[in-house]
Amino acid sequence: MQNKVKLEQLNVHFGATHAVKDVSMDFFENSVTAIIGPSGCGKSTVLRAINRMHDLVPSARVTGRILLDDKDIYDKVADPVSIRRRVGMVFQKPNPFPAMSIYDNVIAGYKLNGRVNRSEADEVVESSLKRVALWDEVKDRLKGNSMELSGGQQQRLCIARTIAVKPEVILMDEPASALDPISTLKIEELIEELKEKYTIIIVTHNMQQAARVSDHTAFFYLGELVEAGETRKIFTTPDKKQTEDYITGRFG
Amino acid sequence: MSQAAITSRWKIKTGLNGDFIFKGITVLFAFSILVILFLMIYEMVEQSLPSMAKSGWRFITDQNWDAVQEEFGALPYIYGSVVSSILALALATPLSVGSAIFITEIAPKRLGAVMASLVELLAAIPSVIYGLWGVLVMAPWLQSTVQPFLIDHFGFLPFFQGAPYGVSMLAAIFILMIMVVPIITSISREVLLAVPRSQKEAAIALGATRWEMIRMAVLPYGRSGILGAVILGMGRAIGETMAVTMVIGNTPQISLSLLSPAYTMPSVIANEFAEATSKIHSSALMEIGLILLVVTLIINAMARLLIWSVTRRQSGGGR
Repeated sequence: MQNKVKLEQLNVHFGATHAVKDVSMDFFENSVTAIIGPSGCGKSTVLRAINRMHDLVPSARVTGRILLDDKDIYDKVADPVSIRRRVGMVFQKPNPFPAMSIYDNVIAGYKLNGRVNRSEADEVVESSLKRVALWDEVKDRLKGNSMELSGGQQQRLCIARTIAVKPEVILMDEPASALDPISTLKIEELIEELKEKYTIIIVTHNMQQAARVSDHTAFFYLGELVEAGETRKIFTTPDKKQTEDYITGRFG
Repeated sequence: MSQAAITSRWKIKTGLNGDFIFKGITVLFAFSILVILFLMIYEMVEQSLPSMAKSGWRFITDQNWDAVQEEFGALPYIYGSVVSSILALALATPLSVGSAIFITEIAPKRLGAVMASLVELLAAIPSVIYGLWGVLVMAPWLQSTVQPFLIDHFGFLPFFQGAPYGVSMLAAIFILMIMVVPIITSISREVLLAVPRSQKEAAIALGATRWEMIRMAVLPYGRSGILGAVILGMGRAIGETMAVTMVIGNTPQISLSLLSPAYTMPSVIANEFAEATSKIHSSALMEIGLILLVVTLIINAMARLLIWSVTRRQSGGGR
């Protein structure tokens, strides 16, 4: 399997706090990798390093290398804006733009590439919404307000907004943790479908979810990568005692 | 504690009934504000009646104001007030929103904090000082530099014709602009600070540059709040008396040219109340006050309507 993203001795500091310690691992193309671990283990911090979201935090310092298709995204000449167009992100709480209609939300990121004509925009909106299985639910009210959708619909709208930009990698930061079980199920089915086209990295608190949706799993504890491997192996015969304790619910 | 003390404490509680008293006092306070408001409006209407009876609608359509001949046409004052405040706002809004964006989103934290407090300081300067500076420093500069430049280069436009006097509609617009910038800036700043991080991150994660993030996530989210800030600025501009009186030239005329002197409603009240010896003259000033009040109310109502329609559109069922 082709690796798409590679972390090499990644360290993240926030001021004096050493949040991620010497992490090296691979994320594979067209597969879902779940990052699991107890709260505060640095899993979200790792995820946010992959599209340079830490650039927004003045106290954050990222060292080591993150290779996207063998190119370091923290290289001096790398442009964070174009990296974020290749590495999209879906957040824990659905965050559609409240001032925009459903249609405008989907096209918002795509429009950043430059002027878009009407038919092209229509097509992107339709295909993105179809991809997240939201099209049938909203096709009659595309000009309607995005805040009138349910939480689960809003999250699928945010995923549609992300894939409209045509990224290669999608980062998901506990995308279903604010949703009800049925909406969660829909998001999980969606992840399963999306991996055909994208490389997906998902942070989750929910181990059953990790077991259900992912091909690979990485277990983090206190800012360190404890173990990474195929999901089946991590959940049945992990190499490390710590991993076993966590997945069997003995701590965390 | 003795038995007597306990009983007396108990008595105080039941006898005076703290809750009831407290409720009574707050109701009294709340209603006294309403009573004052209604008394004021009542008095203004009551005292305007002689002038209304004498001039009728001509009061707001005529341009001639002559207290000796007892002719009262207040249109130049209404025109002066509305035009000076609207144009001042048109200049101040982009300036203020721009500064607020710089302070909240672009400047390093410490510089932003320093700038924010300097802007608040600007709001604390008494208006008479603005007026004094306006008439002694700004007006001569306008007369010697800005107005001749405008006449030379834009004199073909009706807005920049005539002689450079210094004191003028233009001077009033500039002074008002400087006076409302701090209000609009500091409120807009608070509005922009309230934009949730998740909104900004959403834009950044889509590959937006900082400017695109501001345009896509920050400004639309703060739109209704910024509108509110502009309206508060409008309120200040249209009611501002002292500084405007000092620089506008106090000439009751309607001229398209911004270089000619003009007059506003608050200014004429301030200038003439002391010499208004005849009953009809003071009644006419009262009527101007009433019109000022009505114009302010109309602007506020329109603004509220605007905010309401914007927020309704953006939040659907309410935020």
